[in-house]
Amino acid sequence: MAGGLMAVHGSTRRLLAVERLRVVVGRSQIDVIDEISFTVDAGEVLGLVGESGSGKTTVGLALMGYARPGLTIDSGSVKFEGREIIGLSAAELRRLRGGAVAYVAQDPASALNPALKVGTQLREILAAHQPSEGAGAVQDRISELFAEVRLDAASRVLNSYPHQLSGGQQQRVMLTMAFACRPKLIILDEPTTGLDVTTQRHVLDSIRGLCRIYRVGAVYVSHDLAVVADIADTIGVMYAGRLVELGPAARAFRTPGHPYTRGLLRAIPSPTRAHVLEGMEGQPPRPGARPKGCFFAARCKFAVAECRAEFPARHEIDRTAHWARCIRAEEVSQLPALAELPLREHPPLGAAERPLLRLDALNATYGEHPVLHDVSLEVRPQRCLAVVGESGAGKTTLARCLVGLHTARSGTIQFDGAPLAHDRRKRSRDVIRSLQYVFQNPYTSLNPRKTVVTLVEQPLRQLFKLRASERERRVIAALRNAALSEDYMTRYPDQLSGGERQRVAIARALVVEPKLLVCDEVTSALDVSVQAAIVELLHRLKRDHGLTLVLITHNLALVRSLADDVVILRNGRVLEQGQKVLDNPRSEYALQLLSDAPGMSLV
Amino acid sequence: MSSQPDIGAITALRKSRTLGSRREWLVILNRAARSRRGAIGLMLTGLVVLLAIVGPVTAPHSDVGPVTAAFATPSSAAPLGGDVLGRDVLTRVLTGGWELLTIAAAATALGVSAGVALGIAAAYYRRWADGIIMRIVDVFLAFPQLVFALLLVSILGPKSWLIIVAVGISHTPQVARVLRSVALDVCERDYVKAVELMDTPSRKVMAGEILPNLLSVVMVELGLRFTYSILIIAGLSFLGLGVQPPAANWGLMINENRIGLVVNPWAVIVPAGLIAVLTIGLNTFTDAIARASLGVDRPAEEMVMATGIILDRSA
Repeated sequence: MAGGLMAVHGSTRRLLAVERLRVVVGRSQIDVIDEISFTVDAGEVLGLVGESGSGKTTVGLALMGYARPGLTIDSGSVKFEGREIIGLSAAELRRLRGGAVAYVAQDPASALNPALKVGTQLREILAAHQPSEGAGAVQDRISELFAEVRLDAASRVLNSYPHQLSGGQQQRVMLTMAFACRPKLIILDEPTTGLDVTTQRHVLDSIRGLCRIYRVGAVYVSHDLAVVADIADTIGVMYAGRLVELGPAARAFRTPGHPYTRGLLRAIPSPTRAHVLEGMEGQPPRPGARPKGCFFAARCKFAVAECRAEFPARHEIDRTAHWARCIRAEEVSQLPALAELPLREHPPLGAAERPLLRLDALNATYGEHPVLHDVSLEVRPQRCLAVVGESGAGKTTLARCLVGLHTARSGTIQFDGAPLAHDRRKRSRDVIRSLQYVFQNPYTSLNPRKTVVTLVEQPLRQLFKLRASERERRVIAALRNAALSEDYMTRYPDQLSGGERQRVAIARALVVEPKLLVCDEVTSALDVSVQAAIVELLHRLKRDHGLTLVLITHNLALVRSLADDVVILRNGRVLEQGQKVLDNPRSEYALQLLSDAPGMSLV
Repeated sequence: MSSQPDIGAITALRKSRTLGSRREWLVILNRAARSRRGAIGLMLTGLVVLLAIVGPVTAPHSDVGPVTAAFATPSSAAPLGGDVLGRDVLTRVLTGGWELLTIAAAATALGVSAGVALGIAAAYYRRWADGIIMRIVDVFLAFPQLVFALLLVSILGPKSWLIIVAVGISHTPQVARVLRSVALDVCERDYVKAVELMDTPSRKVMAGEILPNLLSVVMVELGLRFTYSILIIAGLSFLGLGVQPPAANWGLMINENRIGLVVNPWAVIVPAGLIAVLTIGLNTFTDAIARASLGVDRPAEEMVMATGIILDRSA
């Protein structure tokens, strides 16, 4: 292939040079991002990592000369093939976007027009940027593009409306559109968030392959370190609107120079090693509230007085292209990133114990559709069972059967020795109390009109008749068990971060002193540093308070870190279960899931 | 974590204002009143309401006895001239607003509360309850509001309470439809499911979880329906089915005096103008409330500063 040859022979050509880019709020001098400088060569993939609010999306959009409403590109330069982009007219920018520079947004469902067939939308793009091509040539081109992104059944996809395609297919259509005009630079904003691991693997492979073959430079924006580690040549780490570390992927993640990068690495669960996770306390400072010195100093274990004087300059590490904006960068990079994290012990299964929860041949339907087939499993007291599966495997339906929200089922669920009623309304208050559920998204599971204390107190008021002082004692105890101080009691959910919200949701479940806690993807809406803290909290509750956990998740690495026993669910059936599933998978599917899990390059 | 929890602290906090439910509606009202649109609307409404309140006290003559000749032009004794029976137009304008406003307010309160309750119930229960409520609403919607009120009043006679009930009921289907559509979304939220899982009775879920999240919609409905109430009540009076003569009423005045429109136009223009100013003012203020609750008028910069995060991810 001609492109392949080029990849071998092509010299490194500078594609993008960003210099001291600064984006501010409105016309104020409050910066959202500042002092962003990096370069991307042809064929290079730069991974831009950061937690929510770090400004990574703002950077990604500014590379195309765009700022979201309320923001202004204040100063700095973005040179694409030597040509300045900042300050170009709207018409010139439009010609650039979609032609030489392409953008792939996070949510394909909202980026595709729902009223037009996929084929129409693709042909539109080609017609706009390459109007001279004939219909036959366009058709050939589309087939070629589909082959590149490994989208099968081209004619069916072309004649479908976006909603008729799966998330992975939609995202690959977006990639096809992005690559349709043979761009030189492609900007990807979280393109695989929300996809299953296997689909994610396919999409990542497509991106990687296309960049290699056509020498396309890419900026890959993501919150997911594991994913970035798998795809990027160079890693840039963003924190509170600044690029704090930049270096070749192998170096930046092996010997991180910035304590924040190191903290992130220690917070993410590994798919192969069950180590303890280390969360980071505190939150990044918001725009307008950023301190004088290093923005990370307040949360940093390495901080010294000097850190608070002024924002650190770049410190090169080992005289390579690897630098970090930390005065102790050299020192930090000498420390092993993960080695000293202790491994988690999973106690062996005691044979004598009676299971707390037991499912026997559970079948569930959704309307006409069968969702669960003969699911049988057991959860022993004080253990954590993880139910793993891709979307559509029936995980959430299983959880909803447990708490009595899904009633269209047959088969028995035994809880604490007695069968559970299908409908939550037919369950005794004692059963309701003993079996608590934590919702996936803490941004929607707390009533925005209520204070933390009202929220946590609510189940107590509803399920028990207690004196006010006793209620208060329990509320405070529950908040403390969820690692929240009393200061939080008078706050409203919108005054809390995502992690704090999830802790409130957990406190609300704990306040009635349950025996079993069903956690449905409780960390999927949270940043990794927060996820680590929640995982450790759940682990501590299990160990110290004898709580039994059922963890519903798609994240295999998370399972490795927290679960004692694992059930793999596929298309509503139990494929494999036991203690050693992740160590010695027997089914091909489990093996596939494990090998597709991102983050292998971090190990 | 070491100190003993301070029992009683929550009780103390709860008594202080900080812990009660946050006065969301006050915040929205305040924000609306501060916007230009809201300030103008509030001013116009305030002027008319003030006139209606202080009017009866300051009226120079009796509102029933003749002062001048029929349709006399303005004079020093009667600055706005005389009406069809030679009564002072100014006096009747000053005394004729109060009743209109109170009846309109009562009718609005009745109609909107019934509509809110029905709309939320339909959205929450779904299934057959939804079907029954909404089909009845559909039937009522087929009648024009004024015709419906006319029907009731003309059969049972023009009594104040009946006007309130008739006008109130005529609002209910509209309000129920709007509330149902917004409540459908709120009913599916996880926080509602979370409270249901605590074995909470439906009544409490609807009043405690769903209604507070619909407050801004309810406020907009109140403002909007109030203007409609005024129009319908004035319309009923115009048609002779509202408050009975000789009591003064702006709607009735327009009807009584239209035959003398060319002789003393003030007897029609002033009450008609007051009704117009009141409805325009209320509508403008309601619009400001709607915008304030959506945050439409807040500049993007302010949004960024308030939330800290720029509309990250299409939330």
